[in-house]
Amino acid sequence: MSTTQITEATRDLSSEEQTRLGLYRQVVRIRAFEERAYRLFMEGLVKGTSHLSLGMEAIAAGFGEAMRADDYTFCTYRGHAHTLARGTPMAGVMGELLGRASGVCGGKGGSMHLTSVEHGAMGSYAIIGAHLPIANGAAWSAQVRGSGQVAVCFFGDGTTNIGAFHEALNLAKVWNLPVVFVCENNLYMEYTAIGDVTAVEHPAADRASAYGLESIIVDGNDPDVMYEVATTAIERARSGGGPSLIEAKTYRHGGHSRADPGEYRPDDEVAEWLTRDPVPNYRARLLADGLDETILEDVEAQAHADVDAATEAARAAPPPQVQAAYNNVWADGGSSWRN
Amino acid sequence: MAELITYRDAVARGLAQELRRDPTVHFIGEDVAAAGGVFKATKGLLEEFGPERVRDTPISEEAILGAAMGAAMTGLRPVAEIMFSDFLATCWDLVAVEIPKTRYMTDGQVSLPLVIRTANGGGLRFGAQHSQAVENWAMSIPGLKVVAPSNPRDVIGLLAAAIRDPDPVVFFEQKSLYPTKGEVPDGEIIDELGVASTVRPGRDVTIVALASMVPRAVAAAEELDGLGISAEVIDLRCLVPLDTTTVIESVKRTSRLVTVEENPRLCGWGAEIVSIVGEECFWHLDGPLTRVTTPHIPLPSSDALEDEFLPSVSRIVEAAQKVLL
Ligand SMILES: Cc1ncc(C[n+]2csc(CCOP(=O)(O)OP(=O)(O)O)c2C)c(N)n1
Ligand SMILES: [Mg+2]
Repeated sequence: MSTTQITEATRDLSSEEQTRLGLYRQVVRIRAFEERAYRLFMEGLVKGTSHLSLGMEAIAAGFGEAMRADDYTFCTYRGHAHTLARGTPMAGVMGELLGRASGVCGGKGGSMHLTSVEHGAMGSYAIIGAHLPIANGAAWSAQVRGSGQVAVCFFGDGTTNIGAFHEALNLAKVWNLPVVFVCENNLYMEYTAIGDVTAVEHPAADRASAYGLESIIVDGNDPDVMYEVATTAIERARSGGGPSLIEAKTYRHGGHSRADPGEYRPDDEVAEWLTRDPVPNYRARLLADGLDETILEDVEAQAHADVDAATEAARAAPPPQVQAAYNNVWADGGSSWRN
Repeated sequence: MAELITYRDAVARGLAQELRRDPTVHFIGEDVAAAGGVFKATKGLLEEFGPERVRDTPISEEAILGAAMGAAMTGLRPVAEIMFSDFLATCWDLVAVEIPKTRYMTDGQVSLPLVIRTANGGGLRFGAQHSQAVENWAMSIPGLKVVAPSNPRDVIGLLAAAIRDPDPVVFFEQKSLYPTKGEVPDGEIIDELGVASTVRPGRDVTIVALASMVPRAVAAAEELDGLGISAEVIDLRCLVPLDTTTVIESVKRTSRLVTVEENPRLCGWGAEIVSIVGEECFWHLDGPLTRVTTPHIPLPSSDALEDEFLPSVSRIVEAAQKVLL
């Protein structure tokens, strides 16, 4: 779903340019949001933990732009990017990070559980592998209802070694489900390199053939590539062609979570990946391809203004009321277990 | 009109009633469709409803419950079978962490109208990995409703209530009850969750039981009659929601309580009942609150041992006599 807003300046762009501007808008917004989230964490305003997608923005951007408004996103605790990429308002996401009543989950989810069902963001799951079978369920329901919806499920490289990954891929293939599995291979689990604990070189792609799927490895730092692979896989799923498994190679700029400095990673590896930063690289590509720099500057200014506004709104919002802790265990809105 | 049918056939009849009524109801599990279930409790459903609505799965418990959860959050009302309740441990993340918490964590954005059906408990000499009564596992998790019928009529009525309920329900079928028979009225049967039934009125002691412990409690009450003790037997039917009112009202009259649980001793549901009654009926009591349970051991396979350790009629009789001393 393109997020590009048509303005005076962008009206004359070709549809391909509109798409690419939408992709740029996505990566810039996610980058600005994640940098702010990190700062607020260091200030002690974001409590608990948070897992950022700094450096990994292109994957969420490519899918965010390629998905239909009613498609389903399932993601992990590293889910700010995917939740925002579906159009969830920043203020609600920031409110949730700060534990405020204004958060998308009223402060009961937090950074690891962002959900906005009205935007197709069907939840951020913090148990490794849990959401792959659940994404299958949404895809199964879409198939039964004949709705044409597709479920897209994002997870890390470390997730390819848990049983749920394998159970989910097998069932998705056997039931020919409209689901796209996207492994964000950032080379590390929390602190352990994926290669040290995995029987194959490519943790997702090398497993694909076991489930009758094509082996797909792409540059997860390239928004154009991600958009293309997303479009192809989603179209295949939507037209009854069944599931796909995509391994997108990427890298996180920072540590796994919180204030982890990521010191277990070799300096030259970090330096090499920083040269592949999706945001400045994509900007340079768009300029080289003739896009007007003022248009990009507008996108950047807007993203920063939105982050500022979301931060102010979240800071000003009240904490959840104590009574809210007793709400919504059950569909009747309450938590009663006896008469 | 009424008909005498087995607990096993009641499962198929209850599922059929709901599959017929609501096109969003779907049923999945291992060997449930073509084979009609390993306990033959789902025979005939594939033939009537077709392979889209009654579907065999691979041996992938996480994939089964994940499919049910994702489908429930997007418009279906799935019923998923986990063949033996012991196997819930293989998909415990779905049962204990994903399914019960998602409505809460999303502050009500997600609804999960799904049912997990599973064959629970001992009595068939299957050994410790296919025999444990695990209703207390499910009861300990906020966000799950827990149902365990004791007879064919209730299987249908409670299964219908569970399927129509907007929240996730774990539905325990006690596997030794499958061949037992009971009267079932014609037509649609639909019950309410969280309503216990007083299956036998009495004056001297309240015996609270669940599932396969209900017929044993009734048999014990009959024996106690001969000993001049009038026992009231309550079939709890659901652990969550828990009908504490029926229990408390009864204990206020009898002033004595015995619970009969199949689950192992520690943290069994009877402990919760005893604690509630202890707190809220203390001044009405005339005897010690007493629990009859399976001891805190894995259930052994040998028939001699299994019969020794599952709560028996004679142990219930003894417990009731003791609280009346
Ligand atoms: C079942 C389970 N085991 C362990 C953890 C702890 N844990 C949280 S994140 C993580 C690393 C996951 O790595 P990966 O799948 O590569 O995702 P990434 O964080 O790199 O995006 C681990 C081990 C967990 N949350 N769930
Ligand atoms: Mg990783």
